[in-house]
Amino acid sequence: MDERLLPRGLSRAPFGRFLLWLVPWAALLGVGLYAAYLCLALGLNQTNMDNRFAFGLWIYLDLTVIALGAGAFFTGFLLYVMKKRELAAVINSAVVIGFICYSGAVAILAIDVGQPLRAWFTFWHPNVHSMLTEVTFCLTCYLTVLAIEYLPLVLRNRQLKKRPSMLVFEFELHKVMAVFALVGTFLSFFHQGSLGGLYGVLQGRPFAYRVSLAAWPSTFFLFILSAAAVGPSFVLATTWIVSRVSGRVLVKPSVFDLLARVSGSLLLVYVLAKSVDTLVWINHTSFRLGVHPASFYAFAPFGTWALFAEIVLLGLVPALLLVSARTRRDPRLLVPAAFLACAGVAMNRFVMTVQTLALPTLAFDPFLSYTPSWQEVASFLAVVAYGVILYSLSFRYLNLFPQERELAAPKEA
Amino acid sequence: MKAGKTEGGARYGMVIDLDRCNGCGACAVACAVENNVPPAPERATDRNGLTWLRVQRLEAPGEARAAFLPLMCQQCGEKTPCASVCPQNAVEVDPASGIVAQVPVRCLGCRYCMAACPYHARYFNWWDPDWPGRMAETLNPEVSTRTRGVVEKCTFCSHRLQAAQDAQAAGGDGTKPPAYTPACVEACPAGAITFGDLDDPEGEAARLAGAPGSFRLLERLGTGAKVYFRTEREWVRRLAGGGAAASDGRSHG
Repeated sequence: MDERLLPRGLSRAPFGRFLLWLVPWAALLGVGLYAAYLCLALGLNQTNMDNRFAFGLWIYLDLTVIALGAGAFFTGFLLYVMKKRELAAVINSAVVIGFICYSGAVAILAIDVGQPLRAWFTFWHPNVHSMLTEVTFCLTCYLTVLAIEYLPLVLRNRQLKKRPSMLVFEFELHKVMAVFALVGTFLSFFHQGSLGGLYGVLQGRPFAYRVSLAAWPSTFFLFILSAAAVGPSFVLATTWIVSRVSGRVLVKPSVFDLLARVSGSLLLVYVLAKSVDTLVWINHTSFRLGVHPASFYAFAPFGTWALFAEIVLLGLVPALLLVSARTRRDPRLLVPAAFLACAGVAMNRFVMTVQTLALPTLAFDPFLSYTPSWQEVASFLAVVAYGVILYSLSFRYLNLFPQERELAAPKEA
Repeated sequence: MKAGKTEGGARYGMVIDLDRCNGCGACAVACAVENNVPPAPERATDRNGLTWLRVQRLEAPGEARAAFLPLMCQQCGEKTPCASVCPQNAVEVDPASGIVAQVPVRCLGCRYCMAACPYHARYFNWWDPDWPGRMAETLNPEVSTRTRGVVEKCTFCSHRLQAAQDAQAAGGDGTKPPAYTPACVEACPAGAITFGDLDDPEGEAARLAGAPGSFRLLERLGTGAKVYFRTEREWVRRLAGGGAAASDGRSHG
């Protein structure tokens, strides 16, 4: 039914089966949109956030999704700047994933703020000292860059290509794409850092506060490094998932190998930097603020296990697995290692967002917990559903994996 | 100019005598009425209600008598945690009075300032404000109401300062920062709150703030808070002045 729209030389599931695949995701999207409507129409009293837990599930997942979406900028950086040509095999998919992650995060932010119609105030009355201003500017600019990077993929669809004007536009865009990749890299580096700085500057929250290096707290650099380290792992993990779901070989093993090598090496550097940062924080920063670091881990469930899990189990272990040539040759170890690395960055963002707010600052304050409401959960699941639907459409109608045709050919022969 | 001193103006602050406070909550009620804080909706709890001033009950094992600590925005001076983080300048520190002002009409409702405040003294409007029946007739015309989705907090009744400044200007005497009294100070039946210019060496507030036994909450964070507390009870000073530790904090009022 939609054969004329499918990329040439690629086989795709029958249209009916594709629609059936989309139905549950569309239902999830529908429920989530209703939950988002409730939050926008009735207010944030629909959530379980409160004056102490001013940030909740949404901010935590936003930070995680943006860190994972770093695969887009970092793959672009490796391809266009470091000239790692093998990554041309996944750059299209990475751009789509990046676009989904960033647009989804921005959509959730629009629900999360109390007055979304005032979002433009940040551009009109910016407080240049606020990390959130940096985040807002960079996020907006980078989402625009991602949209521009996504556009040529759409224009290369075989029906659109029939229009000469579209072909010329796509060709012209392609010529400047390296520039956009560079701009995107700069913007993404910067806002990943600003997101880390968001918490690192909170002098009123000794658990999150970190000493400054140059103008930024150490979390600024750690967030950049962790996002760059985990981005390639996320590209690897998503490519593997798409390959499994579609039943197709999409990239050569050497691409996975390169992604894993880059991810593992950077993760090792990150684990080292994070360990040094933790030692400085434990032995210097927290005492300077008059807090014994043991008090941060005195409230269950946030014991020292959380620190161990974040740095060792979900940091050092996947890093060592990913740098090992033997692991990289075995998909049964490689893929779980990539997932572990992604879980590590999610754990870090959880600790920075949720644990920071759960811990009391005043001596007479109790330790508080928070459970998100169904509206919060459903709104976020809507972003997941939106991502799956957009990716599925992109995979079906655009050529996300340039090696797919070549890898499929021998089988047909 | 010494740290925290304002440019040619005053540095308003208060000193709360915890040994005099009996926890009646009159300050909290007066604050809410004066500043048009709406009645709490049915579903509101002590975690999501609007309480610019709440009275914290302090207890310790072996101590028969509880202490009560009125807690509001501490009007930080040197490194105001909330002002530096607001992305759109909705928090401003008035250099002439030292008062940390909130500009609700600029507020995006991102709540970053709430995460930054170590005193948990900032409140978000989770609901539409509602004054049922004829309650709207009790609104104070000097204070604007706030809408849903913005952050608000204690302003040291800065509208009263404005009125005092206007009266002073009308009288032609502009040589000294005007004296004024916030609603909570006025309402306290025990006279536990002393308010005034902390830079006025002849003022009672400055004298008490500098007297032995006075302390500030989380002083170690260096926020330069302009709210001081006093008590002769060592355990209260230790509990109120110290940092985070396991404690069963309960509030009322």
